[in-house]
Amino acid sequence: MRILVIEDDLEAAAYVTKGLRESGHVVDHAADGEEGLSLALAGNFDMLVVDRMLPKRDGLSVVKTLREQGATTPVLFLSALGEVDDRVKGLRAGGDDYLTKPFAFVELLARIEVLVRRAAPEQVQTKLQVSDLEIDLLGRKVTRAGKAIELQPREFRLLEYLMKHTGQVVTRTMLLENVWEYHFDPQTNVIDVHMSRLRGKIDKNFDTPLIHTIRGAGYSLRAAG
Amino acid sequence: MVRGILYVQQAKLLKTSTFRLAIIYLVLFATSVITLLGYIYWTTAGSLNRQTVEAVNMEMRDLAQRYKSGSLPLLVHTVIQRSRDPGQSLYLVMDNRGNVLAGNLLDIPQSRPTQEGWRDFTYIRLNMEGQERRPGIGREQRLPGNFYLLVGRDVKEVRQIENLITSSLAWAVALTIGLGLIGGLIMSRNMLARLDDINKTSREIMRGDLARRIPVSGTGDELDQLAENLNNMLEQIEALMIGMRQVTDNIAHDLRSPLSRLRNRVEVTLISEHSTTQDYREALERTISEADYLLATFNALLSIARAEAGNSRESMEWINLSELIETAAELYEPVIEERGGTLSLGVERGLRLFANRELLSQAILNTLDNALKHGTAVEGADAEIELTAKRMEDTITIAISDHGEGIPVEERSRVMERFVRLEASRNAPGTGLGLSLVAAATRLHGGTVELADNEPGLIVSFILPAPRD
Repeated sequence: MRILVIEDDLEAAAYVTKGLRESGHVVDHAADGEEGLSLALAGNFDMLVVDRMLPKRDGLSVVKTLREQGATTPVLFLSALGEVDDRVKGLRAGGDDYLTKPFAFVELLARIEVLVRRAAPEQVQTKLQVSDLEIDLLGRKVTRAGKAIELQPREFRLLEYLMKHTGQVVTRTMLLENVWEYHFDPQTNVIDVHMSRLRGKIDKNFDTPLIHTIRGAGYSLRAAG
Repeated sequence: MVRGILYVQQAKLLKTSTFRLAIIYLVLFATSVITLLGYIYWTTAGSLNRQTVEAVNMEMRDLAQRYKSGSLPLLVHTVIQRSRDPGQSLYLVMDNRGNVLAGNLLDIPQSRPTQEGWRDFTYIRLNMEGQERRPGIGREQRLPGNFYLLVGRDVKEVRQIENLITSSLAWAVALTIGLGLIGGLIMSRNMLARLDDINKTSREIMRGDLARRIPVSGTGDELDQLAENLNNMLEQIEALMIGMRQVTDNIAHDLRSPLSRLRNRVEVTLISEHSTTQDYREALERTISEADYLLATFNALLSIARAEAGNSRESMEWINLSELIETAAELYEPVIEERGGTLSLGVERGLRLFANRELLSQAILNTLDNALKHGTAVEGADAEIELTAKRMEDTITIAISDHGEGIPVEERSRVMERFVRLEASRNAPGTGLGLSLVAAATRLHGGTVELADNEPGLIVSFILPAPRD
């Protein structure tokens, strides 16, 4: 994938670009808003990672201008401003996700994967399937290998989120944000307990586990192999 | 030097708005006083003059009439007769060669007549002491046959009265303006002195002496109110400053030790000659987790600061409090159960609150987290945690109770402060900011946090003002 990183802090930019290149992406870097905007308009990128506060032209304005020009490239904002209001401003300007600095690299990578996948036209699906696990979004029913599985409403939302991002790494923060809508970290790692409960229901009595723990990052739901 | 200061003070006095106001009032007042006195002059001194003129005109007409009807001898006779009475009346009749025929004036007066023949003049009157120059006014007329007639009045007394009136009125005006000016100066000086006090104190405060307060005179007037308001403001600023200093001290204390730990570990691994790749990896991993802990502390501090600054008020909205509490409970329930505890819920349905969802959730989760850490840790204790929310008359109380070791009464107010961790939990994980955030978030919503004994254990209650329906 071709990713453009617009970030004025050179140290942070090096950290992000190095990590992304090691993950197999082609990365370009712009150090200010003007340069970033012209690169983004000229180049054919699959993804933009934009710092909110940039010299010459701030991140919000870069993305607003891009959107006005009709560009639909997914945008992930990076910002030291982490309040809910700032997040809302970022998303309103046309950003697709918002990550508060500092962040773990796996967090950034996981979100980029999710965003790029989402950029593909998404049909409205009422049923999702991974291997022999099926969920019916309308009927709120879950079956594995034909056997019905009872889930609590929140567990259902957790599973739904995991299944919509099959094969991708989903971090604990992403789960907190998307399933519980909390934008802060509770002190105790509660997500792990919820995941182990979900596992107990989905994987326990079956031969091949579908939910996998990705060390140092989070979880991933995928068919074996 | 002294003169210089005096000059500066005077210059300042003239520039004050109080003084300008005093001058404006003075001008208005003086104008009305002058108008009033003018009217008085017109009705007193003016009327005396008008009476004199009237009398002269009448007599002139009368004498002219006599001359017309009885010719010169009658006129001369009448004038001679009237001149004999010693009094105010003055006459002069002359023929065309300048010979005085009758009257008590010796010659035509030296002054210049007006068009209507009026003259102001002085004449000499003979009396027992000799002669005396006295003022008079009169009107002259040429009679047919070129005879000259002047009728006048002695105006010495009238002039005296007139002068008296004029000078007393002039004094009145002068006094009015003088007193007004002095009064205005004194008034603005007083005002200026009190404002100067306020300014002086402000400058001292700006120079860094935050403990100073503006003196209050005790009269309760506007300036006093201003002083009191400013003092209250200073009080708040000082409290904030002290709070900030404490926070800075605490941050310095609580962030410095993990930071130096982190630095030491890295350094030791780096300089040790026997470090293996495995050692490096371990050191780095521990560095990351130490950094994460620092970031968590930092984020908690930021949340508290935001809640305390009241910025989060902007992102408040109407929320379903019952749902918010249940979501929080649902998030924590598995963890509590995994540690062998239970969470029982007693949340009234349909509670609504104008609130900041994030902060309130965080406060409830922090309290649950505390209950989890301290309420289920004691061996043999009943590990039940209760979460209730109910509406009283005009408050909503959210209570979280556990059966852990509790908090001793004397420590209860202390645990709300930042970074305070009781000795017993020094080594348990946590930033020591949980309860401070709870307190700050509750304050933001206009409520209070109360800690009570659950015998054994702790009850943390958030008492929030209920919305009026």
